[in-house]
Amino acid sequence: MAKRTGIEVSIAVSEAVKLANTDVIAAYPITPQTHIVEHLAELVAQGELNAEYIPVESEHSAMSACLGSSAAGARTFTATAGQGLELMHEVVYVASSMRLPIVMAVANRALSGPLSVWGDHSDVMSVRDTGWIQIFVENGQEAVDNTICAFRMAEDSRVLLPVMVHLDGFHLSHMVEPIMMPDQKEVDEFLPPFNYPLPLDPSKPVTMGAFAPPIVFTEAKWAQEMNLEQSKDVILEVWKKFGDKFGRYYNPVECYRCDDCETLIMTMGSFSETAMMAIDKLREEGKKIGLFRIRLWRPFPFEEVRETVKNAKAIIVLDRAISLGMGGPVASELRNALYPLEKRPKIMGFVGGLGGRDITPTDFEKIIKRGLEIAAAGSNREFEIYGVRE
Amino acid sequence: MSKQTVVETKERFAPGHRACIGCAEALAVRMVCKVLGDNVIIVNATGCMEIVSSQMPFTSWTVPWIHTLFENNSAVASGIEAGLKALTRKGVRDMSSTKVVAMGGDGSTLDIGLQALSGAMERGHNFLYICFDNEAYMNTGIQRSSSTPYGATTTTSPAGKASIGQFSWKKNLPAIAAAHNIPYVATACPSYHRDLAMKVKKGMEVKGPAYIQILSPCPTGWRCPTDNAVEVGRSAVQCGMYPIYEVENGKYKINVSPEPLKPVVEYLKGQGRFRHLADTDINKIQDKVNQDWAHLKELAKI
Ligand SMILES: Cc1ncc(C[n+]2csc(CCOP(=O)(O)OP(=O)(O)O)c2C)c(N)n1
Ligand code: SF4
Ligand SMILES: [Mg+2]
Repeated sequence: MAKRTGIEVSIAVSEAVKLANTDVIAAYPITPQTHIVEHLAELVAQGELNAEYIPVESEHSAMSACLGSSAAGARTFTATAGQGLELMHEVVYVASSMRLPIVMAVANRALSGPLSVWGDHSDVMSVRDTGWIQIFVENGQEAVDNTICAFRMAEDSRVLLPVMVHLDGFHLSHMVEPIMMPDQKEVDEFLPPFNYPLPLDPSKPVTMGAFAPPIVFTEAKWAQEMNLEQSKDVILEVWKKFGDKFGRYYNPVECYRCDDCETLIMTMGSFSETAMMAIDKLREEGKKIGLFRIRLWRPFPFEEVRETVKNAKAIIVLDRAISLGMGGPVASELRNALYPLEKRPKIMGFVGGLGGRDITPTDFEKIIKRGLEIAAAGSNREFEIYGVRE
Repeated sequence: MSKQTVVETKERFAPGHRACIGCAEALAVRMVCKVLGDNVIIVNATGCMEIVSSQMPFTSWTVPWIHTLFENNSAVASGIEAGLKALTRKGVRDMSSTKVVAMGGDGSTLDIGLQALSGAMERGHNFLYICFDNEAYMNTGIQRSSSTPYGATTTTSPAGKASIGQFSWKKNLPAIAAAHNIPYVATACPSYHRDLAMKVKKGMEVKGPAYIQILSPCPTGWRCPTDNAVEVGRSAVQCGMYPIYEVENGKYKINVSPEPLKPVVEYLKGQGRFRHLADTDINKIQDKVNQDWAHLKELAKI
């Protein structure tokens, strides 16, 4: 029977990887991902998870080993964060372009320099374009459920793409939360065994990773783009089936009290729970304000986002990363998504919560207030950084 | 093992690839593949041999083959080996007899991929690593590597008024591999094909990591005639510049003894990459070769 337990989110994610009966884990430790890979090493060492654990010598090798084990037809998991994701960057692209359904948890972390082990979304933004399915979770339950869903999405023969599950470093990875841990039997029923169509196998030789001259490359990228776009149907299907079985339903965009409102806040990751507290307070004061957050970051849920904001006049975006010289990456993607609309809401971008800086409900209230001021006054500033100490 | 069974006639590196005329790296790959047999999975690093053999939609590989990047073949091989182990143990597919073979050039192996190779050897994966050593980054236009011999001119160690060409001595990777205490390390050259075949066979049979480094003369990069790569290779061995030996469970053995060593000048003069060297440079190289050879003989004695 599934049971609710108080458990650290990182540990819960590793337990989900165990429930998925993963065959190979290749990982290199980095804060704040360490508890995930340490616990997996422990599970393998205790014989509780029948997997090969490769303690590689770098993240570049972690993802490279994942390419190999996945291509051999083994269910494969890794986890990383921050600098680790940067070091494996080159290989991250190869996983998706070779259609290897690896699942990776990313405990989101700031990027050097200055050195910071704390959380923000800088690492995520550097892998936006890598062709992976990417899911942002908000709490421990979502992290567990989506780790399990990730394997099913990735390995579906219509998809065969790697999936990243993003969870905020420390703010989520190190929280102890009450989580319903699914039962092994239920997971086995939900997640079919991995059956890679053309694994590396001498009984049926394949050439993988041939190089593309200009006459083929564009078509290869087109096929990859189609593949990623079309994966959305399967993602929705998997979430639906998961909901039907486990009673917890997920969707690409999550809304909180946004039905009747003209002002919306947009976030990604665990800060939305804090934002909800601010929303509740402002609602009590009679302000019509709601929140939405993007759960499915790639493929980008254009339709769902447009549907969500159709009545909004102003959207205030909190980005936990900065694209230096440009602004908040999520805000700019939102502008891109909404530009084709005839009635376009104003978009106010804020960058905050960098390198582990907390954003409290009061901060959210201040951000909203400032956002509305800017919306009323009109501004040609692309974004503001929130909370800079002078 | 009888000599007849070592080399099969079956070709597994299919003709039609795009290697330059007279390429002894392609020759070495072809010989190696004959010995590897069909029950292997090859992991190729980026480099000449990957590029000449795998232009979409063609392939020269009749066995399962994967290329991903330049510096990660050992790590990919680690993953495959672990994957095969897990699948076998869990009863999904019995892959227990399949050997994983990683291949790379000297640039891939001695330079950019050294960390991954060291990691894979240290962890003890059951795989055979073969380095095709043509002593420079040939695929990108003959740039120096740490395997380029002292004095050779390359496009990034050009000889000139203020430069001798390659300014450092060749990195001794077989010694580094042996220092990982792996069961089998060897050097070879396609000019000694029987020796090469025996070594590949041994590398295949060893349980655990094996490292074989094969001198692969490259007429394009070495600036030598396209019809004598095999002779050049033999000459490298005969003058002691590329000794052919093996280290089995830590024990050194010289397999081809060229004594008395031919003078290095005979080897150097046949190649454009050494043409600029003065007698004093050649003497310096000769001294180093004498020293290294004496050292190797010492090791083989113990
Ligand atoms: C990360 C990275 N850096 C550089 C390159 C460019 N590159 C491709 S092959 C190569 C040299 C290959 O040299 P080697 O390994 O000796 O193989 P060879 O071509 O000589 O057989 C280089 C520098 C690359 N593909 N990837
Ligand atoms: S450049 Fe040298 S190694 Fe590369 S294909 Fe030509 S001859 Fe062979
Ligand atoms: Mg080379």
